[in-house]
Parts: sequence; C-alpha cells; structure tokens
Amino acid sequence: MDKKSDAKIKEVVTSSQIWKSIFRRKHDDTKRSRVLAIVGNFFMHLHPISVARHALALKFTWCMGGVTFLLFLFLTLGGVLLMFYYHPTTGEAYWDIKDLHYSVPFGKILRNTHRWGGHLMVITVMVHMFRVFMTGSYKRPREFNWAIGVILLVFTLLLSFTGYLLTWDQLGMWAITVGTNMARATPFIGHEGPFGEQLGMTAHNDVRFALLGGSVVGANALLRAYVWHCIAIPLIVTFLIGVHFWRVRKDGFSGSL
Amino acid sequence: MTENRVEAENKSTNSGTTDKVANNACPSVRRVGRRKFMYYGGWGVIGLFIASVLGSTVRFFFPRTLFEPPTMYTIGYLFEYAQGVSERFKQLRRIWVVREVDKLYVIGAKCTHLGCTPNWLAAEGKFKCPCHGSGFTPDGINIEGPAPRPLERFKVTLAEDGEITVDEGTSFRGERREWDKPGAFISV
Repeated sequence: MDKKSDAKIKEVVTSSQIWKSIFRRKHDDTKRSRVLAIVGNFFMHLHPISVARHALALKFTWCMGGVTFLLFLFLTLGGVLLMFYYHPTTGEAYWDIKDLHYSVPFGKILRNTHRWGGHLMVITVMVHMFRVFMTGSYKRPREFNWAIGVILLVFTLLLSFTGYLLTWDQLGMWAITVGTNMARATPFIGHEGPFGEQLGMTAHNDVRFALLGGSVVGANALLRAYVWHCIAIPLIVTFLIGVHFWRVRKDGFSGSL
Repeated sequence: MTENRVEAENKSTNSGTTDKVANNACPSVRRVGRRKFMYYGGWGVIGLFIASVLGSTVRFFFPRTLFEPPTMYTIGYLFEYAQGVSERFKQLRRIWVVREVDKLYVIGAKCTHLGCTPNWLAAEGKFKCPCHGSGFTPDGINIEGPAPRPLERFKVTLAEDGEITVDEGTSFRGERREWDKPGAFISV
C-alpha cells in the first residue's frame, strides 16, 4: 500500500463519528495538546500533568511504587480467574487447589504466579518504603501520604495473611492458628492480653473470635479469610491507592533540584 | 456579587452584636436559638444513625450460633486407661488422657505459646510442639521453648453409669494452682 492510500484510510478513520466520539481531541505535538491529553483522559488524570525528568530517574525512584501497583493489578486479575475454580469450604478448598495445579488449563502457572506475586508484592512495598525513607520523600509536605502508605503496607500484609489460609493445607492452617493466637494477646480486646480477662474477654467474645468467626480455625475462618482476601481488602486497597496517587500528584514529586 | 457579600457581612456583624447584647442581658443563661437547636439536633440524629450502623456492623462479626465440635463429651471408663499418657482421643477431641497412680486427668493438646498441637514423644517422655519447639512434662508443665505456662486441663467428672465426662468449658491452669481443685481430676 502506498503512502497516499495510507493517509486516505487514516483520514476516513479519524474523521468518522465512532473515532471522534472516543477521542475527543486531536493530539498534535504541542505542549497544550499534551497537557489536555493527560487531563482529559480517565486513565491518566490521576497522573501529574507534567513530571520533571529527574523525578523519573530510575536510580532515584527504583520504580518500586510502580512495580507494586503493577503487581496489585496482576494479582487482582489473576485472583479473579482463580476464583472461578475455588470453593471456600473445608471439604473442597484443598482439592480445588490440587485441581488448579494438575487439571485446570493453565491453572498451575496461574496459581504459582499468584502466590509468588503475592510474596513479591510484600517485598516491593517494603523496598518502596525503604527508598522513600532514604530519599527523605516522607517529609513535609508529604507526611500524610507516608501515613497512607503505612496503612497500605498493613493491608498488603493482611492480603498476604488472609490468602495464606485459602489453600487449607497444614502450612496455612497452622500459620493462621499462630497468627490469630497472637491476636488473643491484644490489650483490652484479646482474652489473654493485658486487662482482657478483667474486662470479661473469653475465647468466645474477643477479637480473635471476630476474626475467625468462632473459637477454632474452621469453616467460618476459611470463609472469612476468603471474603476479606477477595473482596473487602482489595476494595479498601483500591480506594487507598487512589488517594495515594492523588496525593503524589497534588504534593508533587520529590527529588533533587 | 460584591454588594451581596458586603450585605452578608453586615448581616453577620449585626446578628453578632444582637447576640452580644442578649448575652449581656442575661449572662447566667446560655441561649440556644432555634437554628443552633436544629443544627445540634440534626447532626445528633445523623451521628446516632452512623454510630448504630457501625455498632451493628461490629456486632455482626460475632456469630451467635457456632458449628464447632462439642465441648462436652464422654471418653469411656476408668478401667480402659492404663498408667501413662493416652493418645486415644487426640485425633477426635484434641486431648490427652493421663492416668497417674491415684488420679486421672485430661490435658488439652494445645500449646500455650501460640496454639499448635504438640506431639507426645513416648521415648523421651515429653510433649513437644512442632511449631516453635516448646516442651512439656507428661503432666503438662512447660520445661523448654517459648511456652509461657503449663498446658491447660479440662474438667472431668464421672457420669452415673461410670463413664468419664469431659467439659472443655471449664479449664484449670497450673500456674494458678488450679490443678488441685475439685473437677480438675478424678481420684482413682
């Protein structure tokens, strides 16, 4: 095809009503046009309109926040796929994982990448925090965003923790037994913590009971871990990530002058 | 636009002065006007509503009905237990039945560190937890590892027909000197 017909096709496509209804503006290579592209696009609008070159330097950012976000998206998509084959019941959960591993098409890579991606996300969040700390990017005016980030770290750990039980194998089962037994020692609201017993806390009304939906790691605990892991915490994290990015945009990128 | 703002400012200063006058007239009574009353009342109702929604959500996470293993059950007769630690009910009830020369008691197979199930090592004569290495003597006293206190014992009684009944609802803690209490053991 020659250049002329190329231009003709381009002309027909870009002047069609369908094209114009999707892309509202013509983007030519001017500063104004580039700004409008960022501001007028849903996927870009959380992003700052312009970013200084130094703020994107890999040796400064390590891109750990971006990698963490990418992992979160990947884990969300992969997690939704895993949900199509998984029943959160004591009789089926373990065998569903086995099925995912040995009979579901592409199940093995899906499950393994979800597990390793989860581990990796915890690491990248920590490295991200380390970088932000070492570059002093947590300082004024970005203290609030640091606090949001700390909450996001906690929810990342909770995602990891709740996902651990879902395989319903010995490792996850005892990890959650140990983890929730630590909650028993919470001051005031744990029945073995300071002041817990004096406040009338027992194994049937304390914070561990609420986490497990019972006094033992059983069917209720599995279902609760499932709902927290697949729905509640991802929703909270999505919301917080929105705020986190918004603040990055509003507070500006840190970095050397 | 500008005029409106000026007017509004005038209004607010005016009402401010009247308030001051009113307060001066009767300093001991703090007056709550209709507007303030509606303000506090309205926000109060909204606050109560939010508090009750949050409160009921918290309550929601504490189930009333549990489908957990029974906490009261029978474990056979005295003559079925020889001296020493019996693992007969460990799989089913998570307990050990211990028969000594003059008594029988039931130990909960739940480590006092973080709740794993210890193993009974007959050759070494001790309970050993696989999670973090806590060790206990055959009567449940912690001797090694991170466990902070002895294994708990459950209430045991003899039913009328002579069967041993265990009640996990009542537990006896050694570090509180509760093992000599009635119900903590059956005299043989």
